[in-house]
Amino acid sequence: MAKKSETIIKIENLSKSFGDKVVLDNINLDIKRGEFVTLLGPSGCGKTTLLRMLAGFTQPDAGGIITMEGNDILSMPPHERPLNTVFQRYALFPHLNVYENIAFGLKLKKVASKDIDKRVRKALKMVSMTDYEDRDVNSLSGGQQQRVAIARAIVNQPQVLLLDEPLAALDLKMRKDMQMELKEMHEALGITFIYVTHDQEEALTLSDTIVVMSEGKIQQIGTPTDIYNEPVNSFVADFIGESNILNGTMIRDKEVEFIGHKFECVDTGFGENTAVDVVVRPEDIYIVGNVDNADFTGTVKSCTFKGVHYEMFVETDKGFEMMIQDYNAFEEGATVGMFIKPSDIHVMRKERTCNTFQGVMTSPTTVKFLDTEFECAEQGVKEGDVVTVRVAFNRVELHDYKEDGKLIGSVHFILYKGDHYHLTVKTEDGDFIYVDTNDIWDNFDIVGISIGKRDIYVSKRV
Amino acid sequence: MKKFFAQLYLWTLLALLYAPIIIIGIFSFTESKVLGNWTGFSTKLYTSLFSGGTHHSLLSAIQNTLSIALIAAIASTLLGTVAAIGIFNMRGRKKQVINFLNDIPMLNPDIITGISLFLLFVSLGISQGYTTVVLAHIAFCTPYVVLNVMPRLQQMNPNIYEAALDLGATPFQALRKIIIPEIRPGMISGFILAFTLSIDDFAVTLFTKGNEGLETLSTYIYADARKGGLTPELRPLSTIIFAVVLLLLIIINVRAKRAAKRKQAM
Repeated sequence: MAKKSETIIKIENLSKSFGDKVVLDNINLDIKRGEFVTLLGPSGCGKTTLLRMLAGFTQPDAGGIITMEGNDILSMPPHERPLNTVFQRYALFPHLNVYENIAFGLKLKKVASKDIDKRVRKALKMVSMTDYEDRDVNSLSGGQQQRVAIARAIVNQPQVLLLDEPLAALDLKMRKDMQMELKEMHEALGITFIYVTHDQEEALTLSDTIVVMSEGKIQQIGTPTDIYNEPVNSFVADFIGESNILNGTMIRDKEVEFIGHKFECVDTGFGENTAVDVVVRPEDIYIVGNVDNADFTGTVKSCTFKGVHYEMFVETDKGFEMMIQDYNAFEEGATVGMFIKPSDIHVMRKERTCNTFQGVMTSPTTVKFLDTEFECAEQGVKEGDVVTVRVAFNRVELHDYKEDGKLIGSVHFILYKGDHYHLTVKTEDGDFIYVDTNDIWDNFDIVGISIGKRDIYVSKRV
Repeated sequence: MKKFFAQLYLWTLLALLYAPIIIIGIFSFTESKVLGNWTGFSTKLYTSLFSGGTHHSLLSAIQNTLSIALIAAIASTLLGTVAAIGIFNMRGRKKQVINFLNDIPMLNPDIITGISLFLLFVSLGISQGYTTVVLAHIAFCTPYVVLNVMPRLQQMNPNIYEAALDLGATPFQALRKIIIPEIRPGMISGFILAFTLSIDDFAVTLFTKGNEGLETLSTYIYADARKGGLTPELRPLSTIIFAVVLLLLIIINVRAKRAAKRKQAM
């Protein structure tokens, strides 16, 4: 057998749009032989589309390349591709029994019936379903059906197994058991697993490599510990595990300011006085009843028992809310002191510091961007000039009634930053506007969007 | 008391509905030439119905009816199934439009369908006869098959076709080994429905049978009645047809019930 480090699947420049909607945006990914790779992301991030492209059920836009062991597989129809899929809703053939379901692929390949028998029994044993051969698949429980679906795929001895949220329909206890079994199965078979899920815990438990996806783009590729400890942006930090994500300023190398205090950290190379995002995991904040010498102090707002630990929300001395997990409980209203170790502070470059749009001046005091005309202050640009428009996050106003705004959008993503919410609002045309607000909104809320005349900064593009 | 009246109402209603058929059924077992005269129990009309002779044309009409129904039912089942799969895989507006177009022939009065098919055949210069009747029957039966197969496709897990491809089946193998077995109950219901609709049809047949002397049961009876008086043999014939249709209906209902039960068990 070939070496483990060898690339088995290579994905290059893969994109896919349905009409105007970009589902996958220039995906590049190498998958190594024998790896357990998880495509992780919220619904609609493109992970399932990517898996379906590997299986051959969806074609990418022109220009994309997928090779397996050096051979182009995009030109092959699904039935000729040397990989097998485990579907989310099992997709067992209802009119065939367990044995016939598993033997389906082998019969098509005209394997001798003696060998079929041997291989089906081996596959059933692998998924702990021996003696179920003659059962009607409709009489099986969800977990059992999923085992049969896995057996039906692995009996064909594929080099790569694709799994599309295979455990999503199972209850929590069953899911935990199946996770362990999948992991053991992966080790026993030694083949490549490509696994799609939106469950970050599942991804952390199972994977060798996690590919975090959002908005059709790969956000980060790394081992579970990399992804958890060193998220590259606030999306990944928020999506994987619990975290406190805060606005901060990198004062100089190894010194960062956030929640109104200066902290020693280990990050370098951000420059001086640079705006950054800071991530602190709730379990990395040490909480004590004694406020002397503490990095910062605060008051406990709530304390909930979570089984192993207590989860507390603390309002800090400068008015930021932070989530803290600790084995010790502190009563509501208690004054507490907190410490954070330099190595537990994770600093990330900000993706953007204000909204930036491209626009055209329709008169010296009106500018058109996002397909809408806005009034702005006179800033020395002429009618017809192509301009860059900048709007601060906290200067975008959101309205409950969509009629009150110039634009209509829906709340797409919410990030709590300790003392305010950072919202991503998607306009009807699919553009994104980023908003800082103290108001509470829910995902998918429809909002009216307006921007004050004095809050629009335009500068001529060169 | 209230219950009594409710029962009385129900049974009166059923008696009125079924009275004509029951009367024909009863009088099929007597020899009298005139309907309504009971001249003692006899099965002579049944034997003379099948003994040919004077009723040769009636027998050939029955033969035509059955063979047309069989061909039309088979052809429309095949066409309708293929169409249903095609429509099922369409998206959005196109699907809505085609579904709507599929509904129109079913709502369209038979007489309109008959006249328009007649005009079509005449304008294309096709001489009318057995073939045109078969074509006409296929045309009006196919939408019903589509309507019967569609729900089976909708109930089907959409991934099983892909699962079959994934396991190495060509699209045709996946259709034959996976899709067809899944939608077979819908195809059978569609076939039975098409068969009975074809047997039942009068208006469309009348306009498409041409004047080469082709008769089906319904057109034969119509012609016979116009000649003056109904042949007594029509009484046993009607009774037999009713019994057959009743049997088919029972089969369809039992199948539907079983399918519902199976679905519940899942």
